Parts: sequence; C-alpha cells; structure tokens
Amino acid sequence: MAILTCEDLSFAYEGRSVLESVSFSLEAGSYLCVVGENGSGKSTLIKGLLGLKAPDGGKISFGEGLKSTEIGYLPQQTQLQRDFPASVNEVVLSGCLNSLGRRLHYSKADRLRARENMERMGIEDIGEESYQALSGGQQQRVLLARALCATKKLLLLDEPVTGLDPIATGEMYNLIKLVNLCDNITVIMVSHDIHEAVRYATHILHLGHKQLFFGTAAAYKESDLARRFLGGNRI
Amino acid sequence: MTEIINMLSYHFMQRALIVGVLVSLCAALLGVSLVLKRYSMIGDGLSHVGFGALAIASALNLAPLAVAVPTVIVAAVLLLRLSRNSRVKGDAAIAIISSSALAIGVISVSLTTGMNTEVSSYMFGSILSLSRSDAVLSVLLSAAVLLLFVLFYPRIFAVTFDENFSRATGTRTGVYNTLLAVLTAVTVVLGMRMMGALLISSLIIFPALSAMRLCRSFKAVILSAAIISVLCFLAGVMASYFLETPTGASIVVANLLVFAILSLAGKRT
Repeated sequence: MAILTCEDLSFAYEGRSVLESVSFSLEAGSYLCVVGENGSGKSTLIKGLLGLKAPDGGKISFGEGLKSTEIGYLPQQTQLQRDFPASVNEVVLSGCLNSLGRRLHYSKADRLRARENMERMGIEDIGEESYQALSGGQQQRVLLARALCATKKLLLLDEPVTGLDPIATGEMYNLIKLVNLCDNITVIMVSHDIHEAVRYATHILHLGHKQLFFGTAAAYKESDLARRFLGGNRI
Repeated sequence: MTEIINMLSYHFMQRALIVGVLVSLCAALLGVSLVLKRYSMIGDGLSHVGFGALAIASALNLAPLAVAVPTVIVAAVLLLRLSRNSRVKGDAAIAIISSSALAIGVISVSLTTGMNTEVSSYMFGSILSLSRSDAVLSVLLSAAVLLLFVLFYPRIFAVTFDENFSRATGTRTGVYNTLLAVLTAVTVVLGMRMMGALLISSLIIFPALSAMRLCRSFKAVILSAAIISVLCFLAGVMASYFLETPTGASIVVANLLVFAILSLAGKRT
C-alpha cells in the first residue's frame, strides 16, 4: 500500500503558479529523490507535504496510518539555528514534540527514544555539548536524530548535505540509506546532487514548475531528461 | 547596611523593588525568545507606541494603564503579523510604527499639557510614578510569564529553535507567538514607567545577550538571563539611590557592564 499519494497537486504564491500537475504515489520503504533546478518548486512541494503550505489544487493523502504531523523533517539549515544556544540533548529531544499530545513535558519513553536515535547517529557522547560549536556534519546528524524522533515511517530531508565537506557528505548519505534499509523508513530527499541521488535513491521525481519525470532511478538513468540534466554524460 | 534598611523603609521604594524585580524577570525570560527569533526591535517599537498611548491618556485625563496596555497589545500583534507576511520588511515596519507613535504622542503632549514632569517620566522613567495598580499588574504578569515558561517549556524551546519543524509536527506556533507578543507588550508598558520609553528595550535585550555569552544550553541561558536581569536591576536601583543617578539609566549601565565583562571574559577563553 502507498504511504504517500499526490494527485494533480498544484501550488501558487499570490496567484502565481509555481508548481502544477504533480501526481505520484510512493510505496512504503522507498527512497525518493526530488531533483530540479533552483526555483523549480522543490521546496514548495516539501512545504506542501508538511502541511506548511496549502495546495492550490489537487490532493495529498497519506497511507499506512501515517499522519501529516508524524513526518520526520530535516530542514535546510538557517543562519538562525547556527548560533542558537542549545545543547545536543535539547535539540534531539525536541523531535519528540509531536508525541507530547496533552502532556506538558517529555516522558521517560521520549528521553529513551532520543537517546536511541543519538546512538544510531553516533552522537551519544556529545549530548551535553553546544549545538552551535559542532561541525556542519555533526549538526546535520543532530538534526537527523531529531527528525527520527518525530517519525517511525517517513523522513523528509531538504538538502541535507549542503555545505558539508566530501567526507561528511558521504557519511550523511550512508546514514540516510542505513535508516531507509534497516528501519524500513521511507525517505524523501530534496537534492542538488543528481549523481548521488541516482546512486542511492530507488525513485526520482524531477520537477521544473511541473512534474517532468517520476519513476524508478533505473528508468530515470535511461531517460533523455536525465542525459540533458547531467550534461550529456551517461551515468 | 543601615542605609539599605533605611532605603527599604520608604513605601515607594518597596513598591519599586517589587515591580522592578518582577518586570526584570519577565523581560529577561521573554527577551531570550525575542532575541533568538530576531525580534529584538519589537520591544523598542512597542515602547514608543507605549509612550504615544501614555501621552494621549494624560492629555485626555484617562487612566494611563487602561489606555496603554490594550494599545500596546494591539501594536504587538500587528508588528508580529507585519514582520512575517508583508511586503514591508519587518524592521522597516517597526521603524514606521514606532516613530509614528512617538510623533503622535509628542504632538498631543505639546497641544495640551506641554512637556511637564509626567511626560518626562514616560521618556526616561521614574520609580516615583509607580502606582498600586502597577504593582498588582506586575504580579499578575510575572505569574503568567512564569507559568508559561514552566508549563510549556518543551514547546517554547521547539518553537524558538525551529518554527517550521514545530509547525510541521503539529504545534500551533501562532498561539505561542501571539502569547509571546501579548506578554511582551504588558512587560514593556509596565517596564517603561520605571525605565522610560527610551530605555526599556535594553531590559529585554541585554540579559539575553549576556546570558548567551555565558552559557551554551537553552535552559542555562534562560535561567542565567533571569538571574542577571534581577541582579542588574537591584544593582542599578541601589546605585541610583546612593549616587542619586536616574534609575532607568543606572539599570541599563549595570546591564551594560555585565555584558561587557562577560564578552571580554568570553573572548579570552
């Protein structure tokens, strides 16, 4: 059964259409990479999936008992977060926000979950350290641990490797693939890096103000679109 | 020591201390969130709106708090709206609103009473101007602020750290932002009676900045901002009593000294 289905989705800002006719359906356990040039509507789609922006038309539906508030979201880093005084523990624990419900404070189970996700990301030893003093790669692991606290089913990652050095980038991709394979968590990732996208993802969604391609990564590699986008080089 | 006991025997000093400690506490707690969300200038903008409202209230012979509190609350909600979804940029919107309010206040003063001591106390603050209703309101306000921070601490952290993430995971961030704006508005009105319209924003911004030089976790920043703010207030009041300097300005200078010392200490380590 599909975990996410979009039917003829369109988005507009102040009456100007930025993205239209997006229709695709994603099985649980898939790894979808959303690619496209700057301003092609990738971030808008993410905002739509998270419920931060209402679609202009069409429908988003979740399956497998997933609620829109149970998506693990890893946002593009903002300058705001980089100098925020917070310990790693505080940031990861805030991922349990959606399990608070009517409770006011985090429970023991929440703290345990935060701890487990820190261990998965290999950051359990830096819990007391300041988030702002960490390297870019470590900061992204912290945010990924926070995203994992918020979900058991679907991760939404917005440019998770932007600004990372090659080693940290590779580690980040591996961690994401690991979570995808071992925990059967569906991954939707927005990326600039088309080569890596094709390597790790099972499915590709190519946007350019509308849906240009949706299908498996293998089929995408054979498409004319991919060849043009990759600058003529076959992968 | 006897000097201090002597100081505390004045009725107006007791009231000033109660209001001042509570308002400093609230300003520091709210200030951490405002500074981190890049809303520092809202406090400054609101104090000018507060001055305008107090000036009009005094011109029309109305109760100052009854006019100023609702006006500033409306301005706070408006500023918050403006700074997120509008063609006018947030900082420009604040500048427009605050200078307009100041201008209207100045005109209404000059047309009616002229620049008397009452108006001057709105500008630069005076602990003598604090009334019984100020004391009652400050107790209510600080109870509300403390309750908000103690009960909703996890949510406040999440909304301050990453608003989009909080919204995506189902937190109604608008409610918290509005609550923050309303409480800031009340804090500004109460604080400006003591600190003056021109100086109140420092009470919101300085403790947060000092605490951020000192601590690296959110909880520690919040706690130390509250402590720094109350201590600076007490130091400022003492200084103003013994050296006969203006109260508001003395409190700001105390905050400035703490900030400077912590900044220098932070650089060396």
